[in-house]
Amino acid sequence: MDLKTTYLGMDLKHPVVASAGPLSATLDGIKRLEDGGAAAVVLFSLFEEQIRYENESFDYLIDQGADRFAESLSYFPAVEDYHVGPEKYLNLVRQASESCDIPIIGSLNGISDKGWTEYAKDIQSAGARALELNIFYIPADISLSGREVEERYLQVVRKVKGAVAIPVAVKMSPFFSSIGEMARRFVDDGADGLVLFNRFYQPDFDLDALEVMPNLELSAPSEIRLPLLWIAVLHGRLNCSLAATRGVQTGTEVVKYLMAGADAVMTTSALLRHGAGYAKTLVDDLERWMERRDYASVAQMKGSMSQQKVADPSAFERANYIKVLESYKTPYLV
Amino acid sequence: MAEAKVTTIDGNEAAADVAFRLNEVCAIYPITPSSTMAELADQWTSEGRTNIWGNVPDVVAMQSEAGAAGAVHGALQAGALTTTFTASQGLMLMIPNMYKIAGELTACVFHVAARALATHGLSIFGDQADVMAVRPTGFAQLASSSVQEAHDMALIAQAATLQARVPFIHFFDGFRTSHEVNKVTLLPDDVLRAMIDDDLVLAHRRRALNPDNPFIRGTAQNPDVYFQGREACSPFYAAVPGIVEATMEKFGDLTGRRYRLFEYFGAPDAERVIVLMGSGAEAARETVEFLSERGESVGVVQIHLYRPFSARHFFAALPPSVRAVAVLDRTKEPGSTGEPLYQDVTVALAEAAADGTWSGSRLPRVIGGRYGLSSKEFSPGMIKAVFDELAKDKPKNHFTVGIVDDVSHSSLDYDPSFSTEGEDVFRAMFYGLGADGTVGANKNTIKIIGEDPEFYAQGYFVYDSKKSGSQTVSHVRFGRKPIRSTYLIDTANFIGCHQFNFIEKMDVLAHAAPGATVLLNSPYGQKEVWSKLPRNVQQQIIDKKLKLFIIDGAQVAREAGMGSRTNTIMQTCFFAISGVMPRDQAIAKIKKSIEKTYGIKGEEVVRKNFDAVDHTIAHLYELEVPDTVTSTIEMARVVPPEAPDFVQKVTAMMMAGRGDELPVSALPVDGTFPSGTTKWEKRNISSFVPIWEPDICIQCGNCSFVCPHGVIRSKVYNQSLLEGAPETFKSAPIDIRGFPETRYTLQIYVEDCTGCTLCVEVCPAKSKEETGKKAINMGWKEPVLAGEKESISFFETLPVNDRSRVDFSTVRGTQFLEPLFEFSGACAGCGETPYVKLLSQLFGDRLMVANATGCSSIYGGNLPTTPWTVNHEGRGPSWANSLFEDNAEFGFGMRLATDMQLREAARLLKSLEAELGDELVDALINAPQITETQIRRQRERVAELKKRLVALDGPATKHLLSIAEQFVRRSVWLLGGDGWAYDIGSSGVDHVLASGRDVNILVLDTEVYSNTGGQASKSTPIGAVAKFANAGKQVGKKDLALQAISYGNVYVARVAMGANPQQTLLAFREAEAYSGPSLILAYSHCIAHGINMQHGLDQQSRAVHCGHWPLMRYNPDVRLAGENPFSLDSPRPTIKVKEYAEHELRYRMLYRTNPKEADMLMDMAQRGIDQKWKLYEEMAATGRG
Repeated sequence: MDLKTTYLGMDLKHPVVASAGPLSATLDGIKRLEDGGAAAVVLFSLFEEQIRYENESFDYLIDQGADRFAESLSYFPAVEDYHVGPEKYLNLVRQASESCDIPIIGSLNGISDKGWTEYAKDIQSAGARALELNIFYIPADISLSGREVEERYLQVVRKVKGAVAIPVAVKMSPFFSSIGEMARRFVDDGADGLVLFNRFYQPDFDLDALEVMPNLELSAPSEIRLPLLWIAVLHGRLNCSLAATRGVQTGTEVVKYLMAGADAVMTTSALLRHGAGYAKTLVDDLERWMERRDYASVAQMKGSMSQQKVADPSAFERANYIKVLESYKTPYLV
Repeated sequence: MAEAKVTTIDGNEAAADVAFRLNEVCAIYPITPSSTMAELADQWTSEGRTNIWGNVPDVVAMQSEAGAAGAVHGALQAGALTTTFTASQGLMLMIPNMYKIAGELTACVFHVAARALATHGLSIFGDQADVMAVRPTGFAQLASSSVQEAHDMALIAQAATLQARVPFIHFFDGFRTSHEVNKVTLLPDDVLRAMIDDDLVLAHRRRALNPDNPFIRGTAQNPDVYFQGREACSPFYAAVPGIVEATMEKFGDLTGRRYRLFEYFGAPDAERVIVLMGSGAEAARETVEFLSERGESVGVVQIHLYRPFSARHFFAALPPSVRAVAVLDRTKEPGSTGEPLYQDVTVALAEAAADGTWSGSRLPRVIGGRYGLSSKEFSPGMIKAVFDELAKDKPKNHFTVGIVDDVSHSSLDYDPSFSTEGEDVFRAMFYGLGADGTVGANKNTIKIIGEDPEFYAQGYFVYDSKKSGSQTVSHVRFGRKPIRSTYLIDTANFIGCHQFNFIEKMDVLAHAAPGATVLLNSPYGQKEVWSKLPRNVQQQIIDKKLKLFIIDGAQVAREAGMGSRTNTIMQTCFFAISGVMPRDQAIAKIKKSIEKTYGIKGEEVVRKNFDAVDHTIAHLYELEVPDTVTSTIEMARVVPPEAPDFVQKVTAMMMAGRGDELPVSALPVDGTFPSGTTKWEKRNISSFVPIWEPDICIQCGNCSFVCPHGVIRSKVYNQSLLEGAPETFKSAPIDIRGFPETRYTLQIYVEDCTGCTLCVEVCPAKSKEETGKKAINMGWKEPVLAGEKESISFFETLPVNDRSRVDFSTVRGTQFLEPLFEFSGACAGCGETPYVKLLSQLFGDRLMVANATGCSSIYGGNLPTTPWTVNHEGRGPSWANSLFEDNAEFGFGMRLATDMQLREAARLLKSLEAELGDELVDALINAPQITETQIRRQRERVAELKKRLVALDGPATKHLLSIAEQFVRRSVWLLGGDGWAYDIGSSGVDHVLASGRDVNILVLDTEVYSNTGGQASKSTPIGAVAKFANAGKQVGKKDLALQAISYGNVYVARVAMGANPQQTLLAFREAEAYSGPSLILAYSHCIAHGINMQHGLDQQSRAVHCGHWPLMRYNPDVRLAGENPFSLDSPRPTIKVKEYAEHELRYRMLYRTNPKEADMLMDMAQRGIDQKWKLYEEMAATGRG
């Protein structure tokens, strides 16, 4: 059975890819993901803001008590090789690229133009086969128009594409007014692939402390609906790779995403829940399903239920809603 | 020879750089001002730097200087080239080993940053009392007077000791040389190799203990041979001057820098000569040059080799024309015939006269004088005064210079305006805050200018006595000749005032030379700034024709994203307007230096600094100075008129920076100062202060409990007392049912607040409508200041709450107890002082405190103002600091005296029972004194006793009257940090705990030597980076609690106020109530942890919840009741130690420098915690360990 797929121009032995998450934060974790059966690994994101924060906090904390009192002109030993900047991340990219057979995809979350472009180049130089842009922007400024927000995203894509030669994927937000148009503009501006969709930090409230608290829950299978819809809609219409992420827990979600049109199916939550070796289980599930349904290759099933391929394309649009309503009507009551 | 490198460094680095390269073992212990030498040695070892033989020296921190000396002795005996670095009390602790090392003729060098000894008061500053105190040990003594000499003499001493076998002290003046930054030509390794004879190194090894060639050393000797054996070393001492002379000769040949045992500078036919050693010699040399050029017949003999004192060489240095000699000692030896150097000179001359070896026509007159104690200034004016005195027919002997001695009339008058400094030296003074980076920027400027081969540069920095809101004054000189001015700048060409509010507090222009350039960092714009200057400032600007430049540093910093750090901005301004270097060249150099300094901290930090430089020039402008004074603003009064007389006359002078002007008569004769003086020093160091919201407040007292500075006070009172309250005065109905007419007020002493924000962090009450608003919130001080001052005045008129009616058992209750420790100069948000304040609240009116040297003795007892205060009845903690190492014993002594006097009082009372009445006598002796009510009743009985005693007569009566107050149970507490309790004072703590006596030990555990700048102690946790543990602490901290528990009769508690304040309170009360020894280990977050101090309490909580700091109590009284004395007060760990550690830079540093090691140590830490927790749980379950 041929499970091979192509994502961002890379040949993958199967479509199950480990998405950016804590498991890929160490070389050991990446190797475990490879050993566990992932076809590629997207590394956890290099956060420009985190590097800035680290630098600034180091600068502040080391100097906060310095040169104040004659007995204690400093509180820490002088350190010559305090590593700041992206070196740690780049080392990981380098080591992972050298020691793994599967493709290593870098992931970048920048905040400045220079951060996006310079770090992208660094990641490329370190050996990443591709780069995923983890663009995270909450337009809390209520005077900002939707077009302006979109332009910010597109600007990042243009700048990064101008800086690197490796394929670049955009991990998209689902919160654009016209997702299809936005996807097209990403591709028009150079994106080689789209990852649908990014899960954003959405804080919760702590009712005891009356404080806003960070909260990121692992995804649940029901979350596949939105990406499933859009992959099905976009498949075949854009000249780019499509990857699905969110809600993958079993082979069923893998199959669904492939049939919608995904070139790769990504998961972190399932691997966190079940361990790095769970990728193999997902692939086995996929293989069993294909066997059962007599599919010879992933290529065969890819996009088979996309909007262009289903019997009723409108089922992805208005009809979807109607179908839900109609399901209340029992054929037995006339 | 390799080309010598020139650099700008301080004296400590200069000495350590050579010492490190010439030794194999360094045994170290931190003590100001020598700590830097030890820190550098440790750092270099961790970086893998090698000595000249290619080995990385083993640098080992010990538990005390006594321990370091012992380790040095042992390493020497085993054949390693070994050194140590110390000062002051540290050197005192080394004395026993020094006798041994010298007695065994063991080659080594101790490098000493000479410092005052603790006598009537402790001083961290420079004089030569310490090195003079070790004269009899048999160490040779070689003195350096400059940073270059500290470098060179370190080598000369090492080369000489190997040949002479006599150990050396190489010393230089603490701070003046150890901390002065100056331009130095570094000695390359090949010079060191050429100077150190390897055969002598091998000989040193051959003399070592060696089982292959065994012998014994250190025998016990008897009257028959000890004396002769002691004399056997004499030839070695006789040879030392010749050896040092030859060594200096060789050194001169190699480097071109020539030294002599006694250097003479001045007219060859000088009649008046000053003799001295150390940094003062540089100023003396400068003065002699100045006076000689003006025809005065003067000279100076600068001593390098002080011990052994070679009269022959001394005489050779003296010009034969000399008629009068003034010998200056930087120490005082009370009761002597004169200070040490004076004695040496007079004895040498007397002996020469007696044996006919004096070659001159007649013996010169010799007078001796003291100068420069505790870094007191020693200026050309003072030196000239000494020369002038020598010109008199009957010069004053045993004089002092630099002070006004109106008691013994020893002092010489001098002209403070006398200056030897010419226009060829550019002199700049910078007034800054510790927090604004002024000192760092100036050090950087000195480096930049010092790099220019045409220029010489010197920097010396004066720091505050407070750790928060501290001010700094930088004295910076540049010139084309070497700078020997070892004294502060008196008239400056450039004044930088980096904080606008200084202009109202101190006379920053007093030292401005006519026509000087003044740079003022001002938040006020061009139109406003002149009107904001006080009258005398305007006057001086006009009178002295000063050029005034203005920059809004804060605005530029904000624009560049630099926060509050204005260092780069002010540095750029200096270069832009001072003219010391072409502007563009200077800016290029600043940027280069920014890259070097901040490159390690990341591109972003570099970029921000670059932005700051670029923005600065655009915002800098010269103010057109008006012709007339228009201001009505007067300089702020130092203390209010209602302050006590001593505070007005003495303390206020110190506060105003004019302590140097105080005459001897103004100072206490025995170091005794009045309590409670911080209240008179309204420092106003924070622009943000807590604002109380009475409507939201639940009156829990948490904010008051944790306030490190005692600025949050509470009172409850009858509402009728609100009559006449100012409008700004806030109150709320008391939040307890059944008190309808009672009001509650939480008063913030805003002028004393440091802005640490712990109160806001701990406040649990939030507005229902606006959850971001608490019952206490930080707000701008300016709008509320005037109103709050009125409110404070009114608040102080309200009656103090009756202690006997306060619930001592709750945090809520303690807020109504007067804090008798207030407004200390500790770091903003200090983790120690809330415990100290709590102690003062609970037991302050009968508290005796023995305080180990360290942070707590500094914020507790550093002049000018001190925080231990008195209550409304005039009672309060009696506090004393003895030393660092002896505090347990010192406090124990207080207990012994107290117990003795109580017994004696009881005996006398019994003897007067018939006259005083059975009932009173019985009650005085037997009444319980546990609760506050009981103590109050006992006070009444004592008052009654005194009344009755006054009516009686006889010796027993007088004696009893003198000690009658002992009937009120005294609470003796021994305070100190972990450096004391775990390390240097460990044996004393152990012994006192084993005594069974009623003492309470409070360890303010910051897990590091905080006061001396963050060196590792035995309390430092595994994985934490600290000085002396650069690569992360490799072993876990000592469990002092378990150690104490093992005695069985010691009350032990481990507390963390930020995790469980109620448990803290309970532990303090139980410890005090327990009639035997008690030990409380109090987790104290600290600036040395590398945390945002605002979150210190959160971090305490994490320390507890990860199991690093399990809360516990062990109460032997409970065991007597048949129950388990061990109580584990914190829940099973809920987070991993890494989750706690990642919030602290001390751990994060290792993750950056060596992540694998960090992971390994963190795993070990976790395993250690898991094991310890099991043990604690078992103890809690079974009562057994």
